[in-house]
Amino acid sequence: MKIAKVKELLEAELLCSGEDLENEVFSACGCDMMSDVLAYVKNQAVLLTGLVNPQVVKTAEMMDMRCIVFVRNKRPTPEMMELAEDSGIVMLATSFTLFEACGRLYINGLRGEAE
Amino acid sequence: MDEALNFHYDVDGENFTSAGNASVQVKRKLRQLGFPPELIKRVSIAMYEGEINMVIHANGGKADVLVTPEVITIVLADEGPGIADVALAMREGYSTAPDNVRSLGFGAGMGLPNMKRYTDSMDIQTKVGVGTTITMTVRVS
Ligand SMILES: Nc1ncnc2c1ncn2[C@@H]1O[C@H](COP(=O)(O)OP(=O)(O)O)[C@@H](O)[C@H]1O
Ligand SMILES: [Mg+2]
Repeated sequence: MKIAKVKELLEAELLCSGEDLENEVFSACGCDMMSDVLAYVKNQAVLLTGLVNPQVVKTAEMMDMRCIVFVRNKRPTPEMMELAEDSGIVMLATSFTLFEACGRLYINGLRGEAE
Repeated sequence: MDEALNFHYDVDGENFTSAGNASVQVKRKLRQLGFPPELIKRVSIAMYEGEINMVIHANGGKADVLVTPEVITIVLADEGPGIADVALAMREGYSTAPDNVRSLGFGAGMGLPNMKRYTDSMDIQTKVGVGTTITMTVRVS
């Protein structure tokens, strides 16, 4: 699924675009515990989360994730924006809940496990 | 890359916001040096978990990373409370992190097991009341 499609399905606002929105992502995870992301995530490229602190961006960067979606209208801080820009990570904000946002991506073909 | 490179960072224990900055820097340096992405990811995850631990459990410390063409060595040293029972601390899910740390997204008790999983060797030297030094290596080839 193209990152642009993720944005469209989630009716999301583009906060920063580190890479081309035409690029494809194949899997995602929804999680507020960065510890779990670090321990269980394999090659998921998209992180959906309701947590807002710089560790979210740093965790995504450590895991080579390429897109972070903040749910329930959460907004990253300027510091997080700067980190994401430097890391080339796309950040989106949606008004959907974590459950709803994950569901929308799932029924449209995005999966939890990388191919 | 012919020579060994050494990177040193002071990890601030007062400030959770800056936790992980040393790991972010190291990741970017390893990328510039052209190491394979999978190797960089292993080094990054292990170092990041260890760096976060120094901030949440030990009030900060020092991080040193030695990079040679053969092996990457990460040394994390703190003067925190030390670990009384290392075998217990290594257990998946064991955590003494307080609730405020959990609300920041950490404290699942997976850090030390994860550090071991992603590295080729991990050594823990620790003494209660004195501090902890963790040395991890990741082989390049
Ligand atoms: N640098 C450290 N200094 C003191 N105690 C530590 C340190 N690192 C880890 N620990 C102890 O080991 C436990 C397990 O660590 P870890 O597996 O990373 O889980 P978590 O950080 O989620 O608690 C911690 O809860 C803490 O009690
Ligand atoms: Mg930990």
